[in-house]
Formats: sequence, structure tokens, C-alpha cells
Amino acid sequence: MKSAVVVFPGINRERDMMLALESITGQKPLSVWHTETELPKVDLVVVPGGFSYGDYLRCGAIAARSPIMSDIRAKSLKGLKVLGVCNGFQIITEAGLLPGALVRNASLHFVCRQVKLRVENIRTFFTNRMAKGAVVSCPVAHGEGNYICDAETLARLEGEGRVVFRYAEGTNPNGAMHDIAGIVSETGNVIGMMPHPENMIEPLHGRTDCRPLFESLLAA
Amino acid sequence: MKAKVKVTLKKGVLDPQGKAIEGALGHLGFAGVEHVRQGKYFEIELAETDRAKAAAAVKAMCEKLIANTVIENYDIELA
Repeated sequence: MKSAVVVFPGINRERDMMLALESITGQKPLSVWHTETELPKVDLVVVPGGFSYGDYLRCGAIAARSPIMSDIRAKSLKGLKVLGVCNGFQIITEAGLLPGALVRNASLHFVCRQVKLRVENIRTFFTNRMAKGAVVSCPVAHGEGNYICDAETLARLEGEGRVVFRYAEGTNPNGAMHDIAGIVSETGNVIGMMPHPENMIEPLHGRTDCRPLFESLLAA
Repeated sequence: MKAKVKVTLKKGVLDPQGKAIEGALGHLGFAGVEHVRQGKYFEIELAETDRAKAAAAVKAMCEKLIANTVIENYDIELA
């Protein structure tokens, strides 16, 4: 499983993501700078978390229009797997790879804590090693993770089982509609999520709940 | 030519910042503040001198970057 991690100015979770990918899939991911115009040949591209462009204008807005994103969009239409985590979710949503938007947390506070996630869809490339309905612990760290979309989109997401992760046990940290923490595209090859599974995979992290998510990549 | 662009959240999109400002105005004793919505304002200096071309260019800028039309509306004024 060959992967690449895209790096924008202001991104800061790329090394955690690369370590997680390398330690679990056994292959070192490539690092791709945002000014590149063509992705290397990979099976998965990850847009990691951080604060691309200092969150100027809107979170992820400027990164979403960077040169590499055109190629990511084009290749995603041909089936390339794309995973966006935290700022990465904001970036791929701003880029139009996923519907809806991520807006300011309802509390107005930046939240940095562990939440509970319920895995709602186990047919995706990132959840196929999970049990449906399993609840895992996962950290979040964001100020704009409040997922919103119009009623029609929400009905489609729910009707098509495209909500992959939902905040569980009353731990919704941001006011997201229907406790949505992560969604998948209609085509199944693009996933975006606010929580940071790459930070819950080693005993040093306190728990290893999110290892099976990365192990899913091996079967995908 | 200068373009003044106002970007506002669409009706129905939660605006927690506006709500916080609304609360703070109340705490300061400003009575009768019924509702506050926060938006963004941009001033864009353009080399273009043709009004129609400038309007079209700024509209494209708004659609492509300045506003997220999933959640925001924009209003352009050319001066």
C-alpha cells in the first residue's frame, strides 16, 4: 500500500500521520509539497491536520486551491483513495471533494480532548477492520469542526450510510449536525474526519483504539 | 477600480461569534439588541478599468475563493 502525505505551510500533524502509516502499513509514505502539480503513483493520499495558511480566510480555504489539489481532485475522480484528517477534512471539503462545510465550534472554544467515536460504516477503506457500532476513543483538537450541510445533503448522507464516524456518548465537541465526525464520498474513495486517529495507535498514546483503522488500509 | 465585497453567512447557518457579540452587547447594557450576525469585508484594488469586466472578475474571485457558497453569500460593490 503506497501512500503520500501532502504538506502545506502551517500543517503540523504530517509527521504523526507518516509515522502511523509507516508503522502500521510497513511502507514509508512519500511527502508531497503543496506546490507540486502531480502526485507520485500511490494508492492513498492523506491530507493531514494542522493550520494551513494560519487558517486565514476560512480553515483550509487557501490550501484547497493550491496546485497539488487539482491533481488530487482529478485522481480522486478516477478512484484514488483520499483521507483528510482535521484541517485535512476542512481542506478537502473546501476543495469540493466532500459535501458540506466545517464551521466554528458551537462553544466558540478550541477543543483538545478525547472523544468517543462510533463507527457507523464498516464498508470503507479506513474502517473495514472495525466492528459496526464499535465505540473507540480518539483525540480531537480543533476550533472549527462543526459539520454543517443543507437538509437535502444531510438526508442523503444518512440515507446512503455515508456518515462513517459519529461522536458517541454525548461527547460531540463542536455542535456538528447529527454528531457527524466523519463522512465518505458517494464514490467511497474519499473520507474526511475531524478526530486524529493517528494519535491513538501506540501504548505511549495511552490507548491503541485507532490501530484497526490504519490496519484497514492493508485490506482495502 | 476598487471592489468592496461583503461576505455574510447564509440564513440558517449558525453564527456562534455573532451570538457571543450579541451577548456581550447585552452585558454592556445596550438594550434592544435583537440579533447580531458577523460577516467579512474585503477591499480589492483592481487594475481593470472596464466596469463589466471588473464585476465579472470579482464575481469569479468570490465563487472560487473569497466566499464558500455552501455557507456564505457575497455582495459586490464597485467604486
